[in-house]
Amino acid sequence: MEMKREYYEDIQYFKKKWVMVVAAVFILLLFTIPIYFTGYSLFILNLIMVYVIVAVGLNILVGYTGQISIGHAGFFAVGAYAMILLMTLLHMPFILALVLSGFISAFFGFLLGLPSLRVKGPYLAIVTLGFGMTIMHIIGQANLFGGRLGLQAPPLDVGVTQLGLSWVLTTDVQKFYLILIITIIMVVAARNIMKTRIGRAFVAIRDDDIAAEVNGVDLLIYKTLSFAISAFYAGVGGGLFSFVLSFVEPFQFNVLLSIIFLVMIIVGGLGSIVGSIVGAVLITFLQYSLLKNVRELPVLGDWLVAISQKWFTVIGLENFNSMILGIIIALIIIFEPKGINGIWLRFKKYCLTWPFK
Amino acid sequence: MQYYFNVENLSINFGGVKAVNNISFAVEKNMIFSIIGPNGSGKTTIFNMISGIYKPNSGKILFEGRDIVGLRPDKIARVGIARTFQNIQLFGNAAVVSNLMLGRHIHMHTGVFSAAFMWGRKSAVAKEERDHTRKVEKIIDFLELQKFRDHLVSSLSYGKRKLVELGRALALEPKILLLDEPSAGMNTEEKEDIRIWIKDIQEELGVTILLIEHDMNMVMGISDRIFVMNQGVKIIEGTAVEVQNHPEVIKAYLGDRRK
Ligand SMILES: Nc1ncnc2c1ncn2[C@@H]1O[C@H](COP(=O)(O)OP(=O)(O)O)[C@@H](O)[C@H]1O
Ligand SMILES: [Mg+2]
Repeated sequence: MEMKREYYEDIQYFKKKWVMVVAAVFILLLFTIPIYFTGYSLFILNLIMVYVIVAVGLNILVGYTGQISIGHAGFFAVGAYAMILLMTLLHMPFILALVLSGFISAFFGFLLGLPSLRVKGPYLAIVTLGFGMTIMHIIGQANLFGGRLGLQAPPLDVGVTQLGLSWVLTTDVQKFYLILIITIIMVVAARNIMKTRIGRAFVAIRDDDIAAEVNGVDLLIYKTLSFAISAFYAGVGGGLFSFVLSFVEPFQFNVLLSIIFLVMIIVGGLGSIVGSIVGAVLITFLQYSLLKNVRELPVLGDWLVAISQKWFTVIGLENFNSMILGIIIALIIIFEPKGINGIWLRFKKYCLTWPFK
Repeated sequence: MQYYFNVENLSINFGGVKAVNNISFAVEKNMIFSIIGPNGSGKTTIFNMISGIYKPNSGKILFEGRDIVGLRPDKIARVGIARTFQNIQLFGNAAVVSNLMLGRHIHMHTGVFSAAFMWGRKSAVAKEERDHTRKVEKIIDFLELQKFRDHLVSSLSYGKRKLVELGRALALEPKILLLDEPSAGMNTEEKEDIRIWIKDIQEELGVTILLIEHDMNMVMGISDRIFVMNQGVKIIEGTAVEVQNHPEVIKAYLGDRRK
């Protein structure tokens, strides 16, 4: 039996026309977001996009390559600080500084990838954890990095001052468009990489590293590459982060942030780009928007405030936020280990096979 | 005489146990060379040493005159030696076609930056993907896996997974193919098919095959040479007829089948 096939279909973006239309409409809608959201919401959206970039990168390492990192806040910090220093001390243009921040972070990623050839699982987790903590302490101590006080981000000039071109972005709306475009580029690039031999090599390492090696995958190259790409994403995310917040300080990059990054991709779905996005959006939203408003809930709000003040001292309601977040995460993972992406896949399968099963 | 592939005085110990003890054999180009012996006699361990997963304690493995001992598994794949595993080691969460595409890895060249950004229909990346998919598609047709092309490997039957693994090894376009019990877990019909395919791989693709197999009909039917071992040591090497009549072989291996 000779089957005629369009060999391009495997790597095509849209196997069906309607998917293309939906995607186009979706991206257009993204560009209209500043019409509906302003102020704090827009600030949160900018933060969400930064986290989307980091989550996509982390998923390349954890979800696709099967390695672990509890040190991604470290790469994020490297990117954030590199960005500010490259622009303030070396007066680099924005785009160049951003790309370079990504590469500096990627270099650290490469170095951290080296031990992954020898240690696995929990041991690798400890190594990466140590990395993240070390970075936080270094930036907390050194004068170059502003010590505990941190650094102020320079004006967000996306022009090239050396050529006399200057375009300073000041509003959250302007920042939104800048970050949106970069996020789309990063997400598309990640998807592309995963569809080629590089992505297949990553997945092979995840599923069976010996079989991968026997099929010609150089573990030294591909494990360190996966760490480097992942760190590049975190670095670019960090670079943008410093402009979203306008200042950076060591405590923003603590271990909890690394764990939150992991939570994003586990909740969204390991080994899924869309899952990373959904996870980043959901977790950031829960953290910054939904749970911050607990106080304003009718009846329940006062009630929770009263309980938290009575039982959880110091920061009161904050504790409740983390607890509720923790419970939501635990529930998702218990009931759908493949994360939200898993729910989507089952829904899709259900629709495809509908009247029959 | 200079052989195409030979193993000289190969030994390996695991905690004092000599799993493979001073084994030597020579394989001529385009031969089917079978290794048989009871379970635990060290057959798989020999494959693991050839493919670089284990490092022998002593001995040489010469391929086209070059000693490949000490090369990492991925380098050995690039030299042209592919294999399948006794217990199937596929990428379970990927489709059949992606598993086979991984077999093309050493023949592809796309780098990170072109992979990330060069995605026009006519780009080098898309062209490479297309060309290699086409080659993989031929293997899928050859092994009659069309129906399962887009299925996740983890959803396939044991016999089909064995075939996918064979397909992945073929996708590497090896000069030497190591097959570790390819027909294990297959039904009679599947066994008949795989026997014909192995013969085709030898005759039409010109691949040299090292075969570990328990199905004696198959071994006796398709092997050019048979190497018999037990508890890490060689018993006899010869043609099917020579091997079948060796008293120790009858006792150690075939004996219980004849009763
Ligand atoms: N990694 C290992 N560690 C310890 N012992 C091993 C290892 N691999 C194989 N062996 C031992 O070597 C012997 C030969 O095993 P194997 O090569 O798998 O046999 P066969 O493939 O002929 O059935 C067995 O006794 C097995 O337990
Ligand atoms: Mg065996």
